[in-house]
Amino acid sequence: MAAPASEYKDRQFLAVIGDEDSVTGLLLAGVGHVTEPPDSQKNFLVVDGKTENSTIEAAFDNFTQNRKDIAILLINQHIAERIRYRVDAYSAAFPSLLEIPSKDHPYDPEKDSVLKRVRRLFGE
Amino acid sequence: MSGQREAVFPTRQSLGMMKSKLKGAQTGHDLLKRKSEALTKRFREITRRIDEAKRKMGRVMQIASFALAEVTYAAGSDISYQIIESVKSARFRVRTRQENVSGVFLPQFESFQEEGSNDFGLTGLGKGGQQVQRCRETYARAVETLVELASLQTAFVILDEVIKVVNRRVNAIEHVIIPRTENTIKYINAELDEMDREEFYRLKKVSGKKERDAAAADAERAKESRRGSDKENEGQRTNDVLGEQNDEDVIF
Repeated sequence: MAAPASEYKDRQFLAVIGDEDSVTGLLLAGVGHVTEPPDSQKNFLVVDGKTENSTIEAAFDNFTQNRKDIAILLINQHIAERIRYRVDAYSAAFPSLLEIPSKDHPYDPEKDSVLKRVRRLFGE
Repeated sequence: MSGQREAVFPTRQSLGMMKSKLKGAQTGHDLLKRKSEALTKRFREITRRIDEAKRKMGRVMQIASFALAEVTYAAGSDISYQIIESVKSARFRVRTRQENVSGVFLPQFESFQEEGSNDFGLTGLGKGGQQVQRCRETYARAVETLVELASLQTAFVILDEVIKVVNRRVNAIEHVIIPRTENTIKYINAELDEMDREEFYRLKKVSGKKERDAAAADAERAKESRRGSDKENEGQRTNDVLGEQNDEDVIF
């Protein structure tokens, strides 16, 4: 019924999709990880005004589906807003998706996909 | 819906089977209902805690952003490039362990620091080292909050799914299996009663016919025996004819 243990046994990293400040801060805390070369992959993506939505989507897909070592995906709320339909459609338990506030965009609980589900369940 | 029943032969054996099935379904229904209630209770608690944790996250991230602003002020704006480029291996990792809530395994994230790897040993060496250090601590605390929130959220997602499955089962048993089994039992009882009546009528018919036959046979035998006795009498008379008493002396 619940997810099997193999589903999350090897997941030990956090991934970040965010603006420069959020990513810098989280990397300072030590979440950043770059896999061994030759195919070195970062577990974070810095998004600025010039980043295409398709790049964000590709990173989102990569972190949620391809990589099996990520336990939690952190995404800035204003970036999640740009690929909102993908975030809302995402319902898997692993990796767990977390919308975080950024410096310029304060946290708005109305937009959070999980809190939306909470409210829908309790009929508010 | 009400006319639905299972395809069984109306025998006493299948009646017994259906009765035990109904009993099992009712027990299962009670148990599943209780499980669903326990999970829902847990679920509500988790949603409440998620709400709190999200609020806390807002505050914590605000403080962390402020600490980062201090760093940028002290060490210059190019420090983010330094940090992003010098990342090698994660120091802050999570491990998962399981918690069992009425038969459902909920994973929980637990953060831990990998010792011996520090990518930012020289970051802020020139200036702002103290701010960098403080910022790291603030962000580490913020990430711990985030990890806590993430495990709550994962539990939320899994529980949501499990509760749906359990409720679907409860409803299936309550609205499909139990009525259908009851219908089947009713059907078997009706059929068995019908067969009883048929059997009784048949036996009555048979015994009636047997009585009639016996009566006829009796009558026949009585007639037969009466005729037989007449014949016997006749025979006696013939015997008498041959008897001594009629044998008179012959006078020449």
